[in-house]
Amino acid sequence: MEQQIATFAVKKGLAQMLKGGVIMDVVTPDHAKIAEDAGAVAVMALERVPADIRAHGGVARMSDPELILQIMDAVSIPVMAKCRIGHFVEAQILEAIGVDYIDESEVLTPADEEHHINKHVFKVPFVCGCRNLGEAMRRIGEGAAMIRTKGEAGTGDVVEAVRHARSVLGEIRRLQNMPDEEVMSFAKSIAAPYELILETRSLGRLPVVNFAAGGVATPADAALMMQLGVDGVFVGSGIFKSGDPAKRAAAIVKAVTHYKDPYILAEVSRNLGEPMVGRQVSSIPEAELIADRGW
Amino acid sequence: MKIGVLALQGDFHEHITMLSRIGVETAEVRLPEHLDGLDGLVIPGGESTTIGKLATDFDLLEPLRKFAAEKAIWGTCAGAIFLSKDVHRQQPLLHLMDIVVERNAFGRQIASFEIDLEIPVLKEVAPGGGPYHAVFIRAPLIASISGGAHALASLEDGRIVAAQQGRMLATAFHPELTGDDRFHRYFLHLAAGQS
Repeated sequence: MEQQIATFAVKKGLAQMLKGGVIMDVVTPDHAKIAEDAGAVAVMALERVPADIRAHGGVARMSDPELILQIMDAVSIPVMAKCRIGHFVEAQILEAIGVDYIDESEVLTPADEEHHINKHVFKVPFVCGCRNLGEAMRRIGEGAAMIRTKGEAGTGDVVEAVRHARSVLGEIRRLQNMPDEEVMSFAKSIAAPYELILETRSLGRLPVVNFAAGGVATPADAALMMQLGVDGVFVGSGIFKSGDPAKRAAAIVKAVTHYKDPYILAEVSRNLGEPMVGRQVSSIPEAELIADRGW
Repeated sequence: MKIGVLALQGDFHEHITMLSRIGVETAEVRLPEHLDGLDGLVIPGGESTTIGKLATDFDLLEPLRKFAAEKAIWGTCAGAIFLSKDVHRQQPLLHLMDIVVERNAFGRQIASFEIDLEIPVLKEVAPGGGPYHAVFIRAPLIASISGGAHALASLEDGRIVAAQQGRMLATAFHPELTGDDRFHRYFLHLAAGQS
């Protein structure tokens, strides 16, 4: 067989290599170095972390390619970058500069309120957010090779990430326990492609790697998400909006590895300094919620 | 036979699934005491910088070196990097195999690929087997080999992608991402001391 690139196996495969790890938002090459030294498995290169995007308001777009390239130069680990939902030209640009993964992200202002990107036509793999199993299945149907919960980015409040992880994993448990004749109707009710539902049912998990994201701010938050059953964790504002980013980053990495060991979790949680100033999701006006972007 | 899989980070679960499928008892290794009673250890794919840092922080480097002196050990991709003696950059390594590894030797993710390889040594566990389908993800290359190490597999242009030294194995690709269990069975054969 000749060499084949950009197969779904290699797209999904990179996400498999990130399992049990922490992907950190960084806005400068220096941040990226701190993240790599702390044990991050990948970095997400962006101009502003979600907490600042929230505070700043206005339209949030793909970052300057120059910044992303500088971050790619600074570290040896994979570099991800975000494009707007439906903005396939931003995705083409990110592919052209060679990022390792694209996050078609609700954190940026959507460019299309009806259609997500057709991700199958890209060589670079995509990760997408979801709030429930139907949304995860639709994104995988469009070609996403990795899924994450949406959570509520930039809040430091883990409640939405928990809700979304419980929703996805709970629906998979329900799917596994239903008789065959109910599966089609279930697929219809959550607007999911039937073949992917069958695959998920037989695997007992999503057919791609599934991370938590959106509101993780402490080692305990990260371990909570791991114990709920995700494969790894994205930390956005939680690290570089905290008092001691290097220390907190290293502690979250250790917490994800030893997520089942409360003694190690207690040890790594000590003396981390100030966490990011959080914002309770229930206090945010509905129009400002990010997770409702996309469908 | 009980095989451990280093579970600090990476696709350790994929290795455990494959080993369980061929009927081997497995254990996840996160701390030095988890090495007790194992007949072999697999270091999975993942990020070698992350695995190296966690192995350092949880005092696994010396216990792993001691383990490798007596038992079989196999690294896939990040695991192969971790087993090597040099990667031309500063990061924690076990310095166990006489191989120099070049990280991300094929470029970024867009260059990740699948290809069929001829791996003669697999005939020992599967005499009638054909080519081996190998998955390379941001893969390293074994840039040079010295001392007791020898090549097990190469690309058509001669670049080395798998090596063995005694009961130590290094593969730049990911047998745990395929349905083909021949490499895992070859490792079990080393762990059983039959080579």
